[in-house]
Amino acid sequence: MVRAYAARYRRRSPGEPRAVGVLYVLPALLLYTLFLLIPLGQTVWLSLLHWDGLSAASWAGLDNYRDLFTDPSLRAPFGHAVALLFFYAALPVAIGLLLTAALSRFRVRGMTFFRTVLFLPQVLAMVVVGVAWRSILAPDGLLNDLLRGVGLGSFARSWLGDYTWALPAVGVIGTWVGTGLCLVLFLAGVQRIPRELYEAARMDGAGAVREFFTVTLPGLRGEVAVALTLTIVAGLRNFDLIYITTSGGPGNATSVPAFEVYRRAFEINSVGSAAAMGVGLTVLIFVLTVAVSRLVEGRKS
Amino acid sequence: MSFPRRWIRPRRRPGAAVALALGVALAGSACVPGTDGSGAGPGGAGGATAVPDPAKAGKVTLTVWDQEVRGGQNATIERLNKEFQEKYPNVAIKRVARSFSDLKTTLKLALSGNNPPDVVQANQGYADMVAFVKAGLLTPLDNYAGIYGWNTRYPNTLLNLNRVSANGTHFGTGRLYGMSQTGEYVGMYYNKDVLKKAGLKPPRTWGEFTRSLPVLKKEGQLPVQLGNLDKYPAIHTFGVLQDQAGGAENTRDTVLGRGGGFDNAPTREAAGTLADWAERGYLPKGANGTGYDDAAKQFAGGDGAFLMTGTWQLADLKKSMGDKLGFMPPPPSAAGGPLKTTGGQGLAWSLTSRSKHPDVAAAYLDFLTGSHASEVMTKEGVLPAVPGKAADEVPAGSADSQMIKGWEQLNADDGLVPYLDYTTPTFYDTLSADLQGLIEGSMPPDRLASRMESEYQAFRRKQSGDKADQ
Repeated sequence: MVRAYAARYRRRSPGEPRAVGVLYVLPALLLYTLFLLIPLGQTVWLSLLHWDGLSAASWAGLDNYRDLFTDPSLRAPFGHAVALLFFYAALPVAIGLLLTAALSRFRVRGMTFFRTVLFLPQVLAMVVVGVAWRSILAPDGLLNDLLRGVGLGSFARSWLGDYTWALPAVGVIGTWVGTGLCLVLFLAGVQRIPRELYEAARMDGAGAVREFFTVTLPGLRGEVAVALTLTIVAGLRNFDLIYITTSGGPGNATSVPAFEVYRRAFEINSVGSAAAMGVGLTVLIFVLTVAVSRLVEGRKS
Repeated sequence: MSFPRRWIRPRRRPGAAVALALGVALAGSACVPGTDGSGAGPGGAGGATAVPDPAKAGKVTLTVWDQEVRGGQNATIERLNKEFQEKYPNVAIKRVARSFSDLKTTLKLALSGNNPPDVVQANQGYADMVAFVKAGLLTPLDNYAGIYGWNTRYPNTLLNLNRVSANGTHFGTGRLYGMSQTGEYVGMYYNKDVLKKAGLKPPRTWGEFTRSLPVLKKEGQLPVQLGNLDKYPAIHTFGVLQDQAGGAENTRDTVLGRGGGFDNAPTREAAGTLADWAERGYLPKGANGTGYDDAAKQFAGGDGAFLMTGTWQLADLKKSMGDKLGFMPPPPSAAGGPLKTTGGQGLAWSLTSRSKHPDVAAAYLDFLTGSHASEVMTKEGVLPAVPGKAADEVPAGSADSQMIKGWEQLNADDGLVPYLDYTTPTFYDTLSADLQGLIEGSMPPDRLASRMESEYQAFRRKQSGDKADQ
């Protein structure tokens, strides 16, 4: 047995993948299986059942999944999540790029300080962020005081209690959280772009805008893909912020899939439906991140 | 909601087959989760016929899960636990205290696990207590109730809220599955200073109260403080309005599954009143965006003449308002008439079916709900479900004594109406969301009533379908 292994080992050229490599990943794979793959499998299994969490479950087949498409109260959270992606992913990346373009052109004194401050929301626990913003957005909170102070009192409203404005209000919190991360990523990426490219562009008479689109943006392609992936995932699994700020209200105007999963599993005892929603969310995140890596990063399978 | 016990084979669909294979492969043990209730303990109460003596039970460790983590309630339980252990040195109480929502999310797993606690606090209603009973996880207490005289200690309205039908489909009737220690009801807190400034006295009738609202508004005061961002507070306000509009009795029966539903005049009138209050500015603008605690803080700071919420707020409000604070149950339609309001009791203390020491646990429940416990609760500022003599020690005229007197009269008048969210497992969600719409002005009052009705009817149909299965 040992000799057979040794013989095979000798026949291979160096650098060629070997079976022994599996041994190296085994410890990590075991943990991954135990804490991720098995729970994932169990979730899929539960999503095929009608179960209240306690008494005997019954087979549901694809009923729970069919409901995801037909029941408006289950479909709406996905709609909200996709709308929130604009605030959680698109805006932070856009703002991050804009700031990066500006910051890379001028020398800013105390850059480290600003970078730290902008990155701070990433370090804070989401619960803290939620509580702070909940008081900022309250009817007599900071934002409304500010609006009234500058004579825009007619715009002051109960931001989190307003059917039209609650979703954008929650979205803005996400933008605030995500922008710092994007900016830090992009600033690091920009330093990697060779100076010569900028010099060449300027020699050719490119202005700030042209320089951004021909040099900075293509150079940051990888970072944009990473930033988009991170922010999309963060946006879609958004639970804590909704739980703290609105509990899905007013009405159901801000309910999102992750919140709905919790509510169904623990509050109304529809474990099967909650699991189906969780699987649906996983699939959505998977599809979007694959799309990002294909389209933005240009990675081929 | 009963599920057939047999595992129904799926029709062959390629998608289902693949997913099933994956589930089976990864889940390891591929059996249907959950219990079918056959693990339920001995039906009655361990066969005890006389008052059991815990002292003779040998060395016993009683594991207790509760959610009484707040000030006075926590102090009450700590003190009572200590006294119980001193009384019976052979009994050790292992207490696990969690906040309400933590308890709610972990209790299900704990109860269905291999080492369930002996005593747990179960929330009334379909989502928790009824589901536990259906899965056979709780022991019926009727036998103990007879031995200890709980049936006469407690008013029937309160006991009924801890009853579940034997087949686990109905709530409010059947066997007794828990004993509550505390009472609670939605009342009206008022700020004496604000009322005085507007030249008003605390109302003695509901009519006086509603007539005071425009006066307060005119005087530049906020009539009724409300913060509804957390969704549930408006349910309490709505419940009070519904009871005042004459729906008390029918609502109580409907919540317990035997009434005429919600498509009636009192429900529509209550919805209309609440919408009207919001429109006229009797409620704060943007109430849907203010947190429950923030509204209470604003009320304590002088913003608002009235605050309609539960007795559980009394201790906190008194701390910040002192003598300015007044409290009353929603006043009757004629002075001195019978009271009615939304209310009930704290979470039920229940006995799990797999507890090895049901007799000791029952003695513990008796101790927690007895007259000595009432005295401890009153001292700690908690409203006992049965105040008894302890109530006499509270200084007359204080908000505390108004609260206890109101409770005793409500029980005497049989005026307690259970929380509306007990009606169906999803009623809380539908109603709280719709009430936010009503306050916003986007949900017409009549539509709110008809949506409540259709939610109720859908659940009733499901319930009767389940019964046919049994």
